[in-house]
Amino acid sequence: MRPVKCCSSGQDSSDALFRRGHRIGINVNVVIVGCGRVGARIAATLDQAGHRVSVVDSNPAAFRRLPQDFSGKAIVGTGIDEDVLKAADIEEADAFFAVTNGDNTNIMTAQVAQTIFEVQNVVARIYDPVREDTYRKMGIHTVCPTTTIATLMIDEIQGGA
Amino acid sequence: MYIIVVGGGKVGYYLTKTLVHEGYEVLLIEKNPAKCETYTERFGAVVMNGDGAEASTLAAAGAGRADVVISVTGHDEDNLVICQLAMHRFKVKRTIARVNNPKNEELFRRLGVDVTVNPTSVILSLIEQQIPDRHFVHLLALRHAKLAVVEASVAPESSICGRTVAEVRLPAETSLIAILRGSDVIIPTGQTRIMAGDEIIAITRRESEEQLRDLLVTN
Repeated sequence: MRPVKCCSSGQDSSDALFRRGHRIGINVNVVIVGCGRVGARIAATLDQAGHRVSVVDSNPAAFRRLPQDFSGKAIVGTGIDEDVLKAADIEEADAFFAVTNGDNTNIMTAQVAQTIFEVQNVVARIYDPVREDTYRKMGIHTVCPTTTIATLMIDEIQGGA
Repeated sequence: MYIIVVGGGKVGYYLTKTLVHEGYEVLLIEKNPAKCETYTERFGAVVMNGDGAEASTLAAAGAGRADVVISVTGHDEDNLVICQLAMHRFKVKRTIARVNNPKNEELFRRLGVDVTVNPTSVILSLIEQQIPDRHFVHLLALRHAKLAVVEASVAPESSICGRTVAEVRLPAETSLIAILRGSDVIIPTGQTRIMAGDEIIAITRRESEEQLRDLLVTN
């Protein structure tokens, strides 16, 4: 299976950021809003790689998805609240992921991170392809699982045929 | 004029009712089908069932020819996205958002939403004006100009008592608009003398508000 290529629009891709950070031995400060399957997975992966990770979720039960040995911060609260984001150390963040299950929450929290806190690398998950397209054109870095997964699924079948 | 209202809670309901009554072409977009049915019975065919944050819903609502989009749902993130989609996707000239959390007002402004209405702040300020013996009351904020209209009662210990307006060193870019003394309303000139107990109405920069308060109320 080929690696998942996100449809983000040519920023200093966060992938490169983390690899670079890793190579020169510095920790990258990461804030993740939404501790669902994807958020928890990002948190666990980057935490393991030695980065400083804070995860925000309005539902404390969501943090059960984090591994036992997770060494980052888990903050209960809504990601669209500046004070919650400050508690998650957004002021020192190098990278920001908006991966709650709500498109609008992701869009708003990503804009807060980008506009108010001037985080360099911000990515938002947006399920609705039209909304994704609109915000990508407005300069938000986006991943649209709907189009990405549909393409991957079709490719899998065609690749196997 | 064509106005799209998104969100059929109490605000959306009364807003739609008022706009229909005033003869505007209005469409209310509401998620809950049961509410839509009730509203259609009351207002006629001006209600559409759907998620206003879905571009396809806005397209079906004819957002492209809307003059104004007003988003009054109970969720700030939805109101923000609806207004931004209207502006950027459908080129709607004017967007108005309800802001439920006062903290988000400044953010909405920075993200380009034309007008925000924050019920919490409005209620707070109305109540504030009604509390007796308040010495400094914020009457009105002129948001785009970053100006505030305030009302203050001059404390007897204030250093400005007995001085003329010309003698008082007001904070930068501050003007006294009116002085209420007993039942008199005085439009002040430089020669007007300020007395203890005067109610002063002034216009000032938001950032000078504190300084003005100190001058009039405390010393």
